[in-house]
Amino acid sequence: MIGLAHYLTVAAALFTIGVFGIFVNRKNVIVILMSIELILLAVNINLVSFSSFLGDMMGQVFAMFVLTVAAAEAAVGLAILVVYFRNRGNIAVEDLNLMKG
Amino acid sequence: MVSAEAHAGLGLVETLALTTVFAPLVGALICGLFNRFIGEKVAMLIATALLFVAAGCAGTLFIGYWNHSLHLPEAAIKLFKWIDVGGLQSHWSVRIDAISVVMMIVVTGVSSLVHLYSWGYMAEDPHKPRFFAYLSLFTFAMLSLVTAADFLQLFFGWEGVGLASYLLIGFWYHKRTANDAQIKAFVVNRVGDFGFALGIMAVFFVFGTVEFNEVFALIPEKTDALIKWGIYQFPALEIIAFLLFVGAMGKSAQFFLHTWLPDAMEGPTPVSALIHAATMVTAGVVLVCLCSPIFQAAPKTSAFIAVIGAITALFAATVGLAQNDIKRVIAYSTCSQLGFMFFAAGIGAYQAAMFHLFTHAFFKALLFLGAGSVIHGMHHEQDMRKMGAIAKAMPITYVIMIIGTLAITGVGIPHTSWGFAGFFSKDAIIESTFAAGMTGNTAAQFAFWMALIAATLTSFYSWRLAFMTFHGTYKGQAHHDDGHGHGHDDHSHAHAATPAATGHGPAPAHESPWVMLVPLILLALGAIFAGTVFYEAFVGHHSKEFWGSSIYNAPGVDLMKAKYDVPAWVFYAPFVVMVTGLLAAIYFYVIKEGLGKRIADQGGLLHAFLFNKWYFDELYEIVFVKGARALGDLFWKGGDQKIIDGLGPNGIAALINFGSKRAVKIQSGYVYHYAFLMLIAAVILGAIVLLGKG
Repeated sequence: MIGLAHYLTVAAALFTIGVFGIFVNRKNVIVILMSIELILLAVNINLVSFSSFLGDMMGQVFAMFVLTVAAAEAAVGLAILVVYFRNRGNIAVEDLNLMKG
Repeated sequence: MVSAEAHAGLGLVETLALTTVFAPLVGALICGLFNRFIGEKVAMLIATALLFVAAGCAGTLFIGYWNHSLHLPEAAIKLFKWIDVGGLQSHWSVRIDAISVVMMIVVTGVSSLVHLYSWGYMAEDPHKPRFFAYLSLFTFAMLSLVTAADFLQLFFGWEGVGLASYLLIGFWYHKRTANDAQIKAFVVNRVGDFGFALGIMAVFFVFGTVEFNEVFALIPEKTDALIKWGIYQFPALEIIAFLLFVGAMGKSAQFFLHTWLPDAMEGPTPVSALIHAATMVTAGVVLVCLCSPIFQAAPKTSAFIAVIGAITALFAATVGLAQNDIKRVIAYSTCSQLGFMFFAAGIGAYQAAMFHLFTHAFFKALLFLGAGSVIHGMHHEQDMRKMGAIAKAMPITYVIMIIGTLAITGVGIPHTSWGFAGFFSKDAIIESTFAAGMTGNTAAQFAFWMALIAATLTSFYSWRLAFMTFHGTYKGQAHHDDGHGHGHDDHSHAHAATPAATGHGPAPAHESPWVMLVPLILLALGAIFAGTVFYEAFVGHHSKEFWGSSIYNAPGVDLMKAKYDVPAWVFYAPFVVMVTGLLAAIYFYVIKEGLGKRIADQGGLLHAFLFNKWYFDELYEIVFVKGARALGDLFWKGGDQKIIDGLGPNGIAALINFGSKRAVKIQSGYVYHYAFLMLIAAVILGAIVLLGKG
């Protein structure tokens, strides 16, 4: 029987993969965006599984919100990326250090 | 004026006094502010006319008071309250008593004549209205000084005349020396004014009021009052008197604070005559006489005044011997005569001091304006060594200068009423000083002998001036350098025809216009008759009723009476020393003409000492100027740059720079570093929250 713990384990694994995707990745900014999506999905799984487990619809409503926001975020992030690429001709993570003090 | 007229029953005396005081102010404002709209000539005419109106009113008042046809009001006219802070109140007032009446006629009389004279002397100056406005402004400030009924208004006038003096010394502001001189005058006066301001504060501290009447009435209660300063205690009245006298020393150019007066001669000559001879510099004497109740209660300070006055009289006279600039000689002479007034006031002969002030105003203004006439006639040459034999070219100026010299040296026949103005006033001072000395006043004895020596020297240098300027042979160059900046074009053309002989040709001088000679003649009448006419009232048998309550003498010896009882030789002493000085001057500058020059050329120590004014300027340069500069450098480089800047703005900036250089290393610029930090922080925060709950 697949219980709550399994879902949470999958979500935690996804979350950890997402986090490591942000840190370990040195090549491409798009990968960072995808990692953020993974983190959000992990959170969504958590929300939905708790919602199902507790029988409370509120969690699923929240999941829908998160999906919407994630979509918007992906759109904005990609738009920034495109503009950035036009300006710099490069989106390698090593070179994204304009904020260096 | 408007508020004054609102007073019911404003009498003739009050009207005259108010007109006297405020007419010059109106003149100054009109002339100074509106000369562009009404034209230069009209503006100057208004200022001069208003000054003559003031002089007429003051003259009416003075003569009326003198011949008892006018009676002065008991209390001062209070026009309005101009300061009301806590317990300190000051009314703008016009005090009408004997001192202010005498000073009003002196100030407006000399000032109106100087206004008239300036029409001629300043004829070629492009800034005439400014000059007249300053002169009128000065006159108003001086009048508000002498008519003040409390110390604050006195201080206002005191600073007002200082300001006008500053503006007028530097009137020719394109001259570097004039700028230096005006700043010197202002700074040296600040030293005195600092003392004066402290004195006023001390008066308020001790008496709780600054009004003369109230202060003087409280003096008997305060004779034993003390001022505490740390662990020291000082008798309050002595301290107040001393501080007030420090102010008087600055304004009246007494020993130690005299250095500004000779330099002030950089100003136009009418200014020297009005401000630095006849009126402003006598403000200190007026102050001491006005505050006679305080000074009578402060015997130590009075003795100090007598000593300082006597030293000044002698010091300035010795310096006057060796100067070559015609105006500087007269300036030192002024300084010396002020010394006479001060030691007279110091020994308690305030009446004699005021009398000398009165006569001195006539003959010193006369000498200055006469010197101005010479300078004008000599195309702005001031060096007496380049003059000589100009008596023929300027006969009226010559006669007038001789009258002035006779008056200042005190020519007169002892025991008669025949004599020039200075004869009566100077003898009154010397005799009352001897009389004070007979009562055991050692300061007066010292002053008496100093005065006799100073009088000898006065006679010598005054005649030296007259002989070097008007007699002998002409020693200057024939005047050929046309148009050297003074705009004497019309004269220069006339003299282009004179032979080019160097030296012994006729002096290229010309007589001054009538507009300059008329004031000279009027002043000459004053220098001749002011002494004999007013002797009885000022210092004679009627002096007590003339001065009334304005001058206070402690009960005891009445110097004005005692001076009649001095030994016969004292009466003749001033006459003898005057003749001695005259004979010496004749020997040095007429019989053996050139002897004085040879002595000067030998460069003896004594001559150098006198020529350099006892090295006071050099001493002050080393002690105060260099000292102030060193102190300033210390504060600037040590205090400001090292401590304040080093620890303050620059120090904090350096610290922040240092810190941020290290903090900046954290900012890698990589997004994943920041994200990692955020995550770690979120985990830690979550852990804290959860563990805190659990």
